[in-house]
Amino acid sequence: MIPEIGTLALLIALVLTLLQATLGLVGAHRQDAAWMRATTTITAGVFAFVLFAFLILVHAFIVHDFSIEYVAHNSNNELPLLYRVAAVWGAHEGSLLLWVLILSTWSMLVSRLSKGLPDDFRARVLGTLGLVGFGFLTFTMFTSSPFTRLFPTPLDGADLNPILQDPALAAHPPMLYMGYVGTSVAFAFAVAAMLSGRMDAAWSRWTRPWTVAAWMCLTLGITLGSWWAYYELGWGGWWFWDPVENASFMPWLASTALIHSLAVTEKRGLFRNWTLLLAIFAFSLSLLGTFLVRSGVLVSVHSFAADPSRGLFVLGLLLVFIVGSLTLYAVRAPSLQSEGGFAPVSRESFLLLNNALLVAAAGLILLGTLWPLVMDSFNLGKISVGPPYFNTVFLVPTLPLVALVAVGMHSTWKRASYASKGKTLGMLAIAGLVLGALVAFVCYGSYGVPLTIIGFGGGFFLMASSLWEPVVRLIRKQPQARAAVGMAIAHFGIGLFVIGVSGVASYKIEKDVSMGPGDVASIAGYDFRFLSTNDARGPNYTAREGHVAITQGGQPVAELTTQKRQFKIQSNAMTHAGIAVGWNRDLFVALGDELGAGKWSLRLQYKPLVRYIWLGGVFMALGGLVAILDRRYRRGVVEPVTVVGEG
Amino acid sequence: MWRYFTPAAAFLILGGLFAYALVRIQNGTLDPREIKSPLLGKPAPSFVLPTVANTAVKFDSASLKGRPYVVNVWGTWCPSCRDEHSALLVIARQANIPFIGIDWKDDNALAQQYLAQLGNPFTETVADADGRIAIDWGVYGAPETFLVGADGKVLVKFAGALTEAIWAEKFAPYLQGGG
Repeated sequence: MIPEIGTLALLIALVLTLLQATLGLVGAHRQDAAWMRATTTITAGVFAFVLFAFLILVHAFIVHDFSIEYVAHNSNNELPLLYRVAAVWGAHEGSLLLWVLILSTWSMLVSRLSKGLPDDFRARVLGTLGLVGFGFLTFTMFTSSPFTRLFPTPLDGADLNPILQDPALAAHPPMLYMGYVGTSVAFAFAVAAMLSGRMDAAWSRWTRPWTVAAWMCLTLGITLGSWWAYYELGWGGWWFWDPVENASFMPWLASTALIHSLAVTEKRGLFRNWTLLLAIFAFSLSLLGTFLVRSGVLVSVHSFAADPSRGLFVLGLLLVFIVGSLTLYAVRAPSLQSEGGFAPVSRESFLLLNNALLVAAAGLILLGTLWPLVMDSFNLGKISVGPPYFNTVFLVPTLPLVALVAVGMHSTWKRASYASKGKTLGMLAIAGLVLGALVAFVCYGSYGVPLTIIGFGGGFFLMASSLWEPVVRLIRKQPQARAAVGMAIAHFGIGLFVIGVSGVASYKIEKDVSMGPGDVASIAGYDFRFLSTNDARGPNYTAREGHVAITQGGQPVAELTTQKRQFKIQSNAMTHAGIAVGWNRDLFVALGDELGAGKWSLRLQYKPLVRYIWLGGVFMALGGLVAILDRRYRRGVVEPVTVVGEG
Repeated sequence: MWRYFTPAAAFLILGGLFAYALVRIQNGTLDPREIKSPLLGKPAPSFVLPTVANTAVKFDSASLKGRPYVVNVWGTWCPSCRDEHSALLVIARQANIPFIGIDWKDDNALAQQYLAQLGNPFTETVADADGRIAIDWGVYGAPETFLVGADGKVLVKFAGALTEAIWAEKFAPYLQGGG
């Protein structure tokens, strides 16, 4: 009976989203105050019913209600509680429900926290979000209901995919979805701007914190996913250019561009059309990601149970939202043209370049992701586009971007003069490169690969350049806007990230060895001694466990345990790596196959500076958080006169 | 101002591509998951391995030169191999070409027992104890079956349990006429 209540709750939510869309959009058009007010109430209602349905599904997992097909396929009596809850979004149907829940959460937050918006504008935003919610609830109800009954009821379930049984992965999808779905808010603001013809500095100021909030969640979500892939997949890589990773990375690039373009639109009233397009692109790329993951058109390690008929449905949604909004853009954009100009060297032109490079990066990734499908569809052969392509083409736009960020941050609006700061920046750049070269030669004893010193140097330069302004102001006890501090923190994070990537890419060592108990293998000055193996068991798996002691020059460094887990229900084997974490390097041991005669294959890895990749991501997100807390985004606070060095 | 319609038009083209791909996936003429072996059309990797029946005897793949043959990678530890075994027996008898079994990372005694119990479809079974030859053949997992043509080039690769229907569809067409 309980699952049927869940279906009913979703059905009510579906009707309510339709109402939310109609009352919001039509009410704003007719300037009907009662309709517009009702939209806010209905938005809360949608949230309540979707949350209720979601909790029913969570409950079903907790109490092992295997009469529900989705639960039976993705849970098991022996599955620990944490993973039973995480299993709710472990496969297609439940993750779609999570998608809808997060959308309704964002909508509810917008309706609660945007009291300062004009009524008709808020109604249009909520109406647009209602339309998106209606589309996805229809998709959930009619192609992917999580509450479908299974008869006869099995005694036990088929278990959650072992690869997903990990704490980081329990948190990764909700965070990523917060970001993905959060792009719909900027999208709704863009649609509302086009419908009302109002797109001024106030509009940008309303839109910016929501965009940054979504971007922040996306940043954290991607970072978590990368960290998870690093230790759980057992390969020690941190990014694989897998179609699904690309699907989350492209909206990130578009949102990053959007954040910067919004700054120009707010401060200078420029780039309006471009900002609108980016808001549509960011959301479109999120939808495209959803489509690519769920339709089965691309091959990925993440593959959800792919189903082409579902694919057609999502494609339909995609066409309605994207083509609809782009057509609206085509009709309205000519009347929203920006006026005013700027000098070739100015903050505007730096941000324009930033946008061009970010969009170019996203475009190149899109091309690489879709190219195999294009080739395959037209019978031109099966190809796979992998890291060699992505690593190369991604560096082309992003490497200049690092230098550009470091310099552009210090430029001023309209016309920038580097008379005062040019010297400082030049010194910082040289100091960064010298420090980079020193790190390469002194710490690692070689220049690495051709880009190593440029990578290290660029990273140091960017970090120093980011900190310069806030530190100077701190010393002089000058006030500074939170938004400016947030920007500095986020850019500092990019510097950390660049250094991490340079370190790993240049000096990592991977070695596959065959070892028996007592054998020693050495990489990067560390001695790995294979101690022993034994059997181990977890709640729903058995494992072969290997113990490795690591010493450096006779001094003990760490003792690691690595497991090869055999899950009982789904007979997959999973490698659980042993990792010794350090501020300057990770040491990584993964147990491979038993080779007979007491020998095992082991993968040993030395990963210098790898932690800074994720630390960089955390700093970027933190920067976003600080920026959102800026006073001027709060209701009733009149914006102080433009603070230089903020954007 | 038609240029403002460019983004919408570009997306429509992309949407058309997706729709085309999806329709082809649905009617079965396109399978993005199918991975073609890089070996297809290339000379089959050669090997010299001890036979399962008697490890003192080595089998050299060069002895197969000039005629088509099948290579099946299996192991007693592999449940799907057991599933396909009865089909293999029928297919091998009907096809009337050499079937070479590569016993992958397996225990020789167990393999002998397995073949004695379930019947032996193979003309010759060799032991690839350390899995090195399987790597040459690009094996992802057992069972995998390859068809090598008389010219020594790999014609078909199939991953997963073989059935008579799959044999008739994917392998048999290459063996008609020329044998």
